[in-house]
Amino acid sequence: MTRLKSMMLGALAGTTMLAGAALADGHGLKGDLKIFSDMSNPAPRAVMEGMVERFGEMHPDLNIELTVIDREAYKTQIRNFLTADAPDVANWYAANRMRPYVDANLFEDISDIWEGQLSEELASTKGAMTLDGKQWGVPYTYYQWGVYYRKDIYEELGLSEPTNWDEFKANCQAVLDSGKKCFTLGSKFLWTAAGWFDYLNMRTNGYQFHADLTAGKIEWTDERVKATFNNWKELVDMGAFIDDHTAYSWQESLPFMTNGDAAAILKGNFAVAPLREAGLDDSKLDFHQFPAINGDVELAEDAPTDTFHIPANAQNKDNARAFLKFVVSAENQTMINSGDALGQLPVNSKSSVDDDKFLKEGFAMLSANSPGGVAQFFDRDAPAEMAKVAMEGFQEFMVKPDELDRILAKLDRARERIYK
Amino acid sequence: MTDAALSAARAERGYWQRNQQTLAPWLFLAPGILFFVFYVIYPVFQSFNLSLYEWDGLGAKEYVGMRNYEDLYWEFKDGDAFYTALKNNVLWLFLYLLAIPAGLFIALFLNQTVTGIRLYKSLFFFPFVISQVVVGLVFTWFYDPAFGGLNLLLGWFGMGPINVLGDEKYVTYGVIAAGLWPQTAYCMILYLTGLNGVNPEQIEAGRLDGAKGWRMLWHVVLPQLKPATFIAFVVTIIGALRSFDLISVMTGGGPYGSSRVLAYYMFEVALSEYGFRMGYGAAIAVVLFLIMLCFIAYFLWSMYREEKR
Repeated sequence: MTRLKSMMLGALAGTTMLAGAALADGHGLKGDLKIFSDMSNPAPRAVMEGMVERFGEMHPDLNIELTVIDREAYKTQIRNFLTADAPDVANWYAANRMRPYVDANLFEDISDIWEGQLSEELASTKGAMTLDGKQWGVPYTYYQWGVYYRKDIYEELGLSEPTNWDEFKANCQAVLDSGKKCFTLGSKFLWTAAGWFDYLNMRTNGYQFHADLTAGKIEWTDERVKATFNNWKELVDMGAFIDDHTAYSWQESLPFMTNGDAAAILKGNFAVAPLREAGLDDSKLDFHQFPAINGDVELAEDAPTDTFHIPANAQNKDNARAFLKFVVSAENQTMINSGDALGQLPVNSKSSVDDDKFLKEGFAMLSANSPGGVAQFFDRDAPAEMAKVAMEGFQEFMVKPDELDRILAKLDRARERIYK
Repeated sequence: MTDAALSAARAERGYWQRNQQTLAPWLFLAPGILFFVFYVIYPVFQSFNLSLYEWDGLGAKEYVGMRNYEDLYWEFKDGDAFYTALKNNVLWLFLYLLAIPAGLFIALFLNQTVTGIRLYKSLFFFPFVISQVVVGLVFTWFYDPAFGGLNLLLGWFGMGPINVLGDEKYVTYGVIAAGLWPQTAYCMILYLTGLNGVNPEQIEAGRLDGAKGWRMLWHVVLPQLKPATFIAFVVTIIGALRSFDLISVMTGGGPYGSSRVLAYYMFEVALSEYGFRMGYGAAIAVVLFLIMLCFIAYFLWSMYREEKR
């Protein structure tokens, strides 16, 4: 397998002709391809196995070895296998979560395959894959965050989707007056509260502020951070969130919404599947973008991106590059992100989005109504250690909003230690 | 065989034959000792060493001297994470000891001959047999603020729902209570076997002298149960110091870190998804090791004293 051939294949990969062309010409890849994947939940696992099968059919002479590792266990195992027994392709996450491995020279710089066509087709996620001006992997899926609400409850109370902060709070007050809670939340595992912080912060101070804060350039005791928390405090003081949210995981917090005890949830699109399974069909469940708070800042969204990378110690990097190009090809993107597969958004702009209410709304929102930028998520944009300390602070704040100054001082001490 | 032949044979015996008796036990012990040294003793010193460095597990190690310990000291002074973990460890140490009297009384209660007593004994022992993870899950559901059994129970008495695992005031007690359930069963079994060895003649003699109830228990039965009490004490103290699985399953250290103990805090900073401060984790491990060392030294010393008598 020469480099030239793999480049040619890569160029073809963007087109839908690839499968036919490769089979007809008999130009298959040869050798081995070892893939470690964290797509261990049933639907993602089927997607991963399907991709390997189709890639294998295109390259009959290629020996592909797929190892699927439990998603949580993978997060610690990756450190071992990247140094000791590197596969050719590995899953991970975009943005700052790549930083430790990029700094330790464990991820391969794959800016070469991003040149030209790919950069155009994957423009929306290119920034998330770029560190130090180079690209270190390719995305394969992403999903929007936003407010998923009980349409029937809103209609019953005569409420409409809020377009600004005052309406947002007025809606909430109306829900509270009807004896329900505005938002369900399960903050036991901390990151759910970070979703609230991200949105309140990006609506109060904008995307660039979010980026600077997670990069450690801004003190946590800054007045602008306090402004974010003051907006949050308004909601907490209203009693907008369910009681005892510290005791629940996000899955355990969903019944409050399906039972009608809470009217909405701020969550990623992955919440739709369990909510539908619990009996909320499209007449009862709807989506709206988190409304503007500060009119001066552009709307920006959280849209976490999951990725594929080539470890620097990989043995078959050419094969791996071909696989990465196959993953992001328009046709494959349409296929793996469809409603019966991952049910998320394709990263390739030439792919088509599945005919699903939430995916369509999310896609429209991210492509047309997110001028400020697209963030990954608090715990992916901030270094892992800072994320942990800060998310504990968010949870503590939601329980003890009056101790904000002490909490922020603690976060800033951590910031001084972590970003050196 | 003549004397001459015997002495000739003795002279022919090599080093191995002459010292077989003394060497054999060491040879049998050798694999065990080797593994113990390599997998237990050596890592202890490695941890000591690592606690003087700053290392993320990937890049180069940076020597920082005692700074990790200084950080721990400041965390302690500020009442931060390390202080909470240490305080919770102390709580665990004391409250976990409740398993010993509880186990003793259940053992006394079950130490009778009634039909089906074996079944009751095994039912009481059951929580020790099932995995700690299962115990943790069961108690998590029991404590659930919305539909858990505990709040149902409290509701009958007109008391408000309490969020045991989500409130910093109750969470550690809630987890310890879950831990006491299997630990009590363990102590009970220790005492049940101990009670089998109680000398009936001494009980008889005590009864003739008019001892009853508490006096009988305190002055006649308990002294005979001393070995069982000692073992129960050892396993409970060690169990309290290594409490980890219940915290991991039930709270994950939360809410906002208020149910952490040292072992869990070490895991969190060094090995969890958001961690990888290896040196800092090692420093916490060293502190935990020193605390354990006090107890272990005391246990070894009292065992040694006992054997000398």
